[in-house]
Amino acid sequence: METEPKTANELALGDTAYKYGFVTDIESELAPKGLDEDTVRFISAKKDEPDWMLEWRLRAYRHWTTMREPTWQKVNYPPIDYQDAYYYAAPKTKERLNSLDEVDPELLATYEKLGIPLREQEMLAGVAVDAVFDSVSVATTYKGKLEAMGVIFSPISEAVREHPELVRKYLGSVVPYSDNFFATLNAAVFSDGTFAYVPKGVRCPMELSTYFRINATQTGQFERTLIIAEEGSYVSYLEGCTAPMRDENQLHAAVVELVALDDAEIKYSTVQNWYPGDADGRGGIYNFVTKRGACRGRNSKILWTQVETGSAITWKYPSCILQGDGSVGEFYSVAITNNRQQADTGTKMIHIGRNTSSRIISKGISAGHADNTYRGLVRIQPKAEGARNYTRCDSLLIGDACGAHTVPYIETRNASAKVEHEATTSKISEDQLFYCLQRGLPEEEAVSLIVNGFCKEVLQTLPMEFAVEAQKLVGISLEGSVG
Amino acid sequence: MALLEIEGLRARVEGKEILKGVDLRVEAGAVHAVMGPNGSGKSTLAHVIAGRPGYEVTDGSITFDGRDLLSLGADERARAGVFLAFQYPVEIPGVTNTTFLRHALNAQRAERGEPTLDPIEFVRMLRDKMRSLGVTEELLKRPVNVGFSGGEKKRNEILQMAVLEPRLAVLDETDSGLDIDALKVVADGVNALRSPARGMLLITHYQRVLSYVVPDHVHVFAGGVIVASGDKDLARELEEKGYADFAAADAA
Repeated sequence: METEPKTANELALGDTAYKYGFVTDIESELAPKGLDEDTVRFISAKKDEPDWMLEWRLRAYRHWTTMREPTWQKVNYPPIDYQDAYYYAAPKTKERLNSLDEVDPELLATYEKLGIPLREQEMLAGVAVDAVFDSVSVATTYKGKLEAMGVIFSPISEAVREHPELVRKYLGSVVPYSDNFFATLNAAVFSDGTFAYVPKGVRCPMELSTYFRINATQTGQFERTLIIAEEGSYVSYLEGCTAPMRDENQLHAAVVELVALDDAEIKYSTVQNWYPGDADGRGGIYNFVTKRGACRGRNSKILWTQVETGSAITWKYPSCILQGDGSVGEFYSVAITNNRQQADTGTKMIHIGRNTSSRIISKGISAGHADNTYRGLVRIQPKAEGARNYTRCDSLLIGDACGAHTVPYIETRNASAKVEHEATTSKISEDQLFYCLQRGLPEEEAVSLIVNGFCKEVLQTLPMEFAVEAQKLVGISLEGSVG
Repeated sequence: MALLEIEGLRARVEGKEILKGVDLRVEAGAVHAVMGPNGSGKSTLAHVIAGRPGYEVTDGSITFDGRDLLSLGADERARAGVFLAFQYPVEIPGVTNTTFLRHALNAQRAERGEPTLDPIEFVRMLRDKMRSLGVTEELLKRPVNVGFSGGEKKRNEILQMAVLEPRLAVLDETDSGLDIDALKVVADGVNALRSPARGMLLITHYQRVLSYVVPDHVHVFAGGVIVASGDKDLARELEEKGYADFAAADAA
């Protein structure tokens, strides 16, 4: 399978052949610094968008200028100067390297630990071998198969042009452009993202992302995702990448909207491993994300799984609006914070329909000087007869300089509802650690094993191929946290 | 040179001296019983050998197979072949017994330059070991020690020992809290692991277990030192007279 590195000439040809990716020519394109209506127009024009899309962005922008950045979350960061940033930079084609020998050895060591196959390592690190071409051909094969079933899976910018009726119908229908400061900002300036549409009765035959994960490393700062599952359909989408991702944009404000119609099921899994900053908390990504799913149809189901190990600050609440009678929302989360990382994450389960049920399993792990907060809302509306919720929040502390907080909000307006909440906080005990060491496990492996055990319930909801890497990631994220 | 040589060992826990000059040699192939009353320091000896953090050695030496054991971390000692069967085995939620044991064995195999066993090879090997110990498959699928009965926990310790095949096994009151049936099962497991290449240190409060695991040598531990040594008859003598006489001898 190994091939010789390509010559510079072949590489140049390769880039133009990479039709689903970005091309080199646009590298110099940059919107002027700062944010005003012209920036929004510039972005829209670059994307060759129809008027309705531009109008929507402008409405969002105008609304955004009236909003204030929220402060209720339990995270600290210096003020962001929104005029001192670029809102449109065509994604730079990464510098092409000739072989893995040229890649930062530290990065390679991490790939190794994660067990990422060699060819994928090359793609992730931006080594220009024909693996890249492979990924395109694989992608093309999948795309053909999906198209035959009527599944649309494309960049959202492409969907705006090619499937305007679907995008117009659903974009902003779950997270309105006016929703919150960061979601509104995203609506005004979103760069690109994913669009998926699964037609009635179709069970999507593959995890959407098995090939996409390479592309995911190039998604921008203001990502926007829209997934629609028609009646009786099923789709599983995997976002992110276990490999460490570095990005120069400090603020990431993504929006994800999911719509599940009658009897449809959407499974959305995330592994987030953005740059967390150094051990003293310098640098790192601010990951301020709005994710929400609408269970619009009867007996529809939305399942969120997230493994959050990266970013300096993670702030997100993947939520479910349980509108359809008998609809189900589930949220499984592992959030790991080490060093100076901060996470304020959880979910919202809004029960509107009758006999709706939700389940929340949250595992927060805190090490070093990190702070980890679970914040979750369970709201039972007056008409949600027979609604049920089960919530469990477990926090694990490693060392004594970190913090774990659980902030549940429970609002019940229907007497027939059953809402259960359990929470625990524990430490990795000296006894557990010594027991593992005494059996011959090195300390870091011992911590990894104990923490993986703690997270097991969540990790096992991940698709198989991802679960194995996620387990390793859990260990790697905590390296240096003990001893 | 004996497998394990302890000379003039003194150790403190939280500033208090518990071991006050212990001398002990355990040869490969021999089973030594260390008996003593509660609080005599015999469990401390077990933990110091295993390298438990918080136990401070102030004087003396422990040599294992010619190596200075005290210079090694707890995990390094384990990989060198020192095994401690815990008096109170620890629960690790979410980690199945099988996974735990496989990780442990592979860590030890890696140290010896042996190839890693994949899950299938490992389970095959494990099944053989289990049968002889009367451990059920169901126990292997459960998280490490979580919800195990006292007997199951101890049996599980012996299973781990059988899988890891240590050069030196230290059994810290493995017999305590077991009814006679469980005791027999555990004793059978220990006897099955007696081998010319392996040394064993059986730490116990009661003579009872020594009817099933017959030691080659018996030491009486009191006040942080060994006050008497002999063969298996010493255990019987101890049973008749009680510890008081020996403790008095130490004080004198």
